Amino acid sequence: MSSHSAPSFKNPVVRWVDSRLPVFSYMHAEYGTFPMPKNLNYFWNFGALAMVVLITMILTGIMLAMQYTAHTEHAFDSVERIMRDVNFGWLLRYIHMNGASMFFIVVYVHIFRGYYYGSYKQPRELLWILGVVILVLMMGTAFMGYVLPWGQMSFWGATVITNLFSAIPLVGENIVTWLWGGFSVDNPTLNRFFALHYLFPFLILGVVILHVVALHVTKSNNPDGIDVRGPQDTVPFHPYFTAKDSVGLGVFLLIFAFFVFFAPNYMGHPDNYIEANPLVTPAHIVPEWYFLPFYAILRSFTDDWWFFSWFLSWLMTAKLAGVLAMFGSLIVLAVLPWLDTSKVRSNRYRPIHKWLVIAVLIDFVILGWVGGKPAEEPYVSIAQWSTLFYFFAFIVLTPIIGWIERPRPLPASISEPVLKGGATTAKMEKS
Amino acid sequence: MAITLKGFALGVATAAVAGTIALSGMTDRALAAGEAEHPPELDWSWTGPFGTFDRASAQRGLQVYSQVCASCHGLGQLYYRDLTGLGYTEDQVAEFAAQYQVEDGPNDQGEMYMRPAEPSDHFVEPFPNEAAARAANGGAHPPDLSLIIKNRAHGFGSIGENFLAMLQVRGYSSGADYVHGLLAEGYVDPPEDVNLLPGQYYNKFMGSGAIGMPPPLYPDGVEYEDGTEATVDQQARDVSTFLAWAAEPRLEARKQTGVKVLIFLAIFTGILIAVKRRTWASVKH
Amino acid sequence: MADATQSSGGDEEKTGRRDFLNYLAIATGAVGAGAFLWPVIDSMNPARDVLALASTEVDLSPVEVGQAITITWRGKPVFIRHRTEEEIEAARSVDIASLPDPQADEERVQQAPWLVMVGVCTHLGCVPLGQKQGEPKGDFGGWFCPCHGSHYDTSGRIRKGPAPENLHVPGYEFTSDTSVLIG
Repeated sequence: MSSHSAPSFKNPVVRWVDSRLPVFSYMHAEYGTFPMPKNLNYFWNFGALAMVVLITMILTGIMLAMQYTAHTEHAFDSVERIMRDVNFGWLLRYIHMNGASMFFIVVYVHIFRGYYYGSYKQPRELLWILGVVILVLMMGTAFMGYVLPWGQMSFWGATVITNLFSAIPLVGENIVTWLWGGFSVDNPTLNRFFALHYLFPFLILGVVILHVVALHVTKSNNPDGIDVRGPQDTVPFHPYFTAKDSVGLGVFLLIFAFFVFFAPNYMGHPDNYIEANPLVTPAHIVPEWYFLPFYAILRSFTDDWWFFSWFLSWLMTAKLAGVLAMFGSLIVLAVLPWLDTSKVRSNRYRPIHKWLVIAVLIDFVILGWVGGKPAEEPYVSIAQWSTLFYFFAFIVLTPIIGWIERPRPLPASISEPVLKGGATTAKMEKS
Repeated sequence: MAITLKGFALGVATAAVAGTIALSGMTDRALAAGEAEHPPELDWSWTGPFGTFDRASAQRGLQVYSQVCASCHGLGQLYYRDLTGLGYTEDQVAEFAAQYQVEDGPNDQGEMYMRPAEPSDHFVEPFPNEAAARAANGGAHPPDLSLIIKNRAHGFGSIGENFLAMLQVRGYSSGADYVHGLLAEGYVDPPEDVNLLPGQYYNKFMGSGAIGMPPPLYPDGVEYEDGTEATVDQQARDVSTFLAWAAEPRLEARKQTGVKVLIFLAIFTGILIAVKRRTWASVKH
Repeated sequence: MADATQSSGGDEEKTGRRDFLNYLAIATGAVGAGAFLWPVIDSMNPARDVLALASTEVDLSPVEVGQAITITWRGKPVFIRHRTEEEIEAARSVDIASLPDPQADEERVQQAPWLVMVGVCTHLGCVPLGQKQGEPKGDFGGWFCPCHGSHYDTSGRIRKGPAPENLHVPGYEFTSDTSVLIG
């Protein structure tokens, strides 16, 4: 391809290195001349933003690990020491703490963008699945990281979530004991969670690299969801998308900084400023906000729920059904490329499916809302119906809509709508 | 058409993100205080983007803590040296610390011994351990007060009110409202249907209503060094301000840094927007 | 990044304003990244609790003439020797000009009987022998570092061996006749 022509570097040192290890050629090809559809909107910033947050988390995390003590006797105090005595410790800790929330916000938007514009479809199925793997690894990392400050929510969150595995038939209890390294969440658990919390981000980084490699093979999808026809449809990554991603980064950092400096505990739970006490459970245990939709799905499965007693009670306990549904909600995402039977990618041209995407988004937010509420009516019923809708939407409605829907006519190419009425559009955007 | 769709999609995403953030902040903190009444909301000197701790009030609060609270409640995260942050000189801090005795050792004979506290020592604990604290307090454990303002913070009711409080940089002001309310206004006659155990008192701002702590503050229960009239309300405000400082001594540094960072990022983002517009000016899209 | 910026200049129409904006953006970003890096680096410097423990008070009353004690200050051993008259005499009768690191004994002590030094060999950081009865004191009656054979005299000055400097004297003051505050 013309865009991949090897650049000639003027600097002799660069030339020398590049002829032996082509890192400069690689960067030039993948981030310099790399062809990007020119109609990408600001939704396409979020992948780059996620990368920035990941690096920020790893950097602040390593610095915090230098000050943290992974021992039940000292963990809580060592975090307070970071907040009070370590130079800029409060800053690193608040960046890390809010960075976790920011990571999930960014990644959730990134996933929604892929969902809305059909970025999961052929030929990007594997790219999408790698993304789901990253999400699962992120959830594991965030969960174990939340245990480290050894506050009340740390301890009881760890207890409740590790107990999920006891739902597995026959070996469940053994697995839980193995996870704990004892008979309750205790010092061995804290120690291994610290070790794994340090390891997982590098696994994430590895999968992210695969994700990016896969992206650079299939190249970016775009809001029209149609294939790039030729050079007239693309612009080089640099300077066009370095500039555009930077704008998104600036706005994102403003929001991030606002939380770090002015509302650092807004997304946390006050009970985590009480040291863990294995003898007293807080009145209301709530996971971190980014787990709430999944937590709501988990809690939906109760013995007296009609759906469970009609269809599942002969096969498994409600507890196991809840655990399977929670993991199933992620597996459903991973197989979405094959559940969606439509050939059209972007929901711009899918008049019916577009409403399903929006309904799923609203459903997800509702699940998050009820996930943070106590397990009582009406929240339980809302959670159960929302759970049903979540699976019904993906497993039943998605393939059916794909079959029956008549998509709107697709543009011939990315540049076509621009060529027709583009002059006025461009002027409007400038003014 | 493309513009409206793009606007629509961005609108949905923005709403979803804003909704998520709003929801995230209300993970049932309203319930943290149980079904109890919410204490009145006060204006605290340290809220808002430029908030700083009222030093005079916090110093009076230290006096209330030392003379009233400290007999049962620890302040385990604090060192005496931290008090320089309240405006005391190092000599004053050393003098203050020396009033207290701490255990040190072992000495050359292998024995532990008592010595006057130094600025580098933690605040002295009222009880050697939790069991001793319970034994001395009829089975109740007086909680450590280092983080009480942060861990008693709760929501302001609705999602919208929480979101507004966040934008106003109220921080954990509700924790201070709670401590102030509990001390100054919470002790009232119990309703008829409340049964209290012997040694329990009724406080309308406690989740269950029952509290092991007898009303601790009395008018002129402390004699303020600066001559301020020591009403119960004044003492409760002062000790809440002091404890808010104790919960996060770096709050002022955080906010002052934050103002600079936000100004810098706003300018930086402005430059980046200009670069982006210039770069894309010649592209039809 | 900088390399790629140069290559982009040729593709599009080159205006001075655009170049200026690009450089401004890169410069501002670099300032921001640098400002973020400082807290990251500074967090590894000694924290407040570490600095607060940077002084130690020692009671000298139990240390008899001829005895030495070792105490811990900032995680390092500090040697305090109650010197005999002979040791003081030996330390003060040396030709200073002949020493590898010339320093008079009077510069190294505040009160002649009390020698206070950081007990860390200036070569590579081992702890010299000579504090306890029966330990080798080296050829000059002071201290001997077993790692690489440095000999220190009764003023803690390097006399023989690879160490480049005399044993360091920390900042200290006598708070009374029998107690000293180190740090």
